[in-house]
Amino acid sequence: MIKLEKRPQPSRKLSLATPLIAVFVTMIAGGLLFMALGKNPFEAIATIFWEPLFGEFAFYYRPQLLVKGGPLILIAIGLSLGFRAGIWNIGAEGQYIIGALCGAGVALAFYPMESFFIFPLMILAGALGGWAWAMIPALLKVKFGTNEILVSLMLVYVAEQLLASMSLGLMKNPQGFGFPGSRNLQEYPSAFNAELIAGTGMHWGVLFAFIAVIFAYVLLNRHILGFNIRLTGEAPRAARFAGVSPTRLVLFCLGTAGALAGLAGMFEVAGPSGQVSIDFNAGYGFTAIIVAFLGRLHPVGILLAGLLMALTYIGGEIAQSNMGLPAAAIQVFQGMLLFFLLALDLLTNYRIRFAVKGAA
Amino acid sequence: MDLSAINPVLLIASLMVAATPLLLAAVGELVVERAGVLNLGVEGMMIVGAIGGFAISVESGSPYLGLVAAMIAGAVLSLLFAFLTQFALANQVASGLALTLFGLGLSALMGQGYVGIKPPAMGKLDIPILSDLPVVGPILFGHDPVLYIGIALTAGVWAVLKYSRIGLILRAVGENHDAAHALGYNVIRVRVLAIMFGGACAGLGGAYISLIRVPQWTEGMTAGIGWIALALVVFASWKPWRVLLGAYLFGGINVLQLNLQAAGIAIPVEYLAMSPYIITILVLVIMSADKSRAPASLGRIFHASG
Repeated sequence: MIKLEKRPQPSRKLSLATPLIAVFVTMIAGGLLFMALGKNPFEAIATIFWEPLFGEFAFYYRPQLLVKGGPLILIAIGLSLGFRAGIWNIGAEGQYIIGALCGAGVALAFYPMESFFIFPLMILAGALGGWAWAMIPALLKVKFGTNEILVSLMLVYVAEQLLASMSLGLMKNPQGFGFPGSRNLQEYPSAFNAELIAGTGMHWGVLFAFIAVIFAYVLLNRHILGFNIRLTGEAPRAARFAGVSPTRLVLFCLGTAGALAGLAGMFEVAGPSGQVSIDFNAGYGFTAIIVAFLGRLHPVGILLAGLLMALTYIGGEIAQSNMGLPAAAIQVFQGMLLFFLLALDLLTNYRIRFAVKGAA
Repeated sequence: MDLSAINPVLLIASLMVAATPLLLAAVGELVVERAGVLNLGVEGMMIVGAIGGFAISVESGSPYLGLVAAMIAGAVLSLLFAFLTQFALANQVASGLALTLFGLGLSALMGQGYVGIKPPAMGKLDIPILSDLPVVGPILFGHDPVLYIGIALTAGVWAVLKYSRIGLILRAVGENHDAAHALGYNVIRVRVLAIMFGGACAGLGGAYISLIRVPQWTEGMTAGIGWIALALVVFASWKPWRVLLGAYLFGGINVLQLNLQAAGIAIPVEYLAMSPYIITILVLVIMSADKSRAPASLGRIFHASG
């Protein structure tokens, strides 16, 4: 007979170990999945986790790690603040799209003027756009008590339609021969989010992601606001007695998450992606949820988790072209990771006792 | 624009079809939530039901077998959620999200060979005289059987929750799981069964989209209906008949905006397509003023420490 006994304090060691165990278990389960698809499981796992870092073409793939990891980390840092306080923003995908639209909108409005202030203005617009989009669920929650999970998610679909409308209408490239999609910002020097150091994948968005990690770390460990966030998540009643304002917390957490997601979208549209198009959003907003949990909602953990998740994206693409592994298999793989992580969390919070039946 | 092209009788008939997947998923989730569990994985279970049902009915040639398979697929997937939340005591919001993310990936993987295939058609109800009546015929007597199952399910859930002992136990578990446990009810078992029922309903709703409403398979074809179903349960204040009302309302909005698109109204297509989601938000805002109806133990983890 198995009995669960709640630990007085979550185990610190296991809290650090469970993400690693979860990754390992996911590799095994993923291997079985790939085997079921008729692929060599060892080859597939090696292709996903080894090839991008140390394979023959690693010089090409390594920079991609930052390009793909940057937006994931940026979004996940914002989400983790809210998740810690029990504020569930799951509409980061929508905030990401709106940030991209606002950033690109500024650039396209100034085209073809060249000036130093255009790019900073785009950054501002991207952050503001994402922030404003996240303020909708935040204000509705604060004013009417509306569930932020459902509202933020509904706004993803609204944002997707808006994106379609923009890339087919207002932002469509007038010289694009009727194809949907905006001008390519990579060909517009003042707006192009170019690599800061050539060949590394390091662009402004990645830099912002690193800064966000540091800020979040300081906020959570050294600032009263961060303390209040943690307090609200771990002991809501105590937080209320201590005079923590839930309203301010909701506005801050959702607003920050929105602004960071908006920034991620803006850097993506001005850099790696280059243009506003119907299928511009690649699901980073949803994958970032996995990243946030995998990183234990801790800034440093999120940094590592973001890079790992970027690795599975890149490795998945390689496996797709080299081994014919379906793209969806990698999506399943990422989903499994979250499952195992949540299941293994049991070990962190509870002790498992094997009691002889009838003895107790 | 030519609004006269919109036929009110056909509009109502197609509204009922559009509402059915929503109704099925929402009634299932209603039972889950009345048992005190918040399963945000409805979208994931729906889409897996959609492809599971589609694949089986294409392979077997029988749409009915497909529907059964979809229910099984939804219930099996929901077991993952049940394991995470009831035995591993994981956070319900996170587990539900995991289920949706996993389900979307899994369905895309399963559906690879099924894009562009037509599923076997399901017969419509055809009662000699009644179905041929003008107006009433196509609205009341001319649908596929699943649509009637959806309405019957609503009535069944209502009756069971209100009048039966099982319903009473389920509600007790949802309102106060500690008290229910103290009375000797097996909280975990009740919840696992409720979660599986919700999964089966969501799976059936998904299969309704891929087999009857559309009918074909495309990736991500549930397009947020699972999430709207979750909103619908709030809208309905956890009451079955109001779920039916709400589903028809949303179905109506959806059909109307599709008709307006077809009629070539001056509003761009994308803005019309946004409308169901925006209206969902508006409805949530209006309904969230009154939270008193929510099951008291909704979303809380139960662990019998004694």
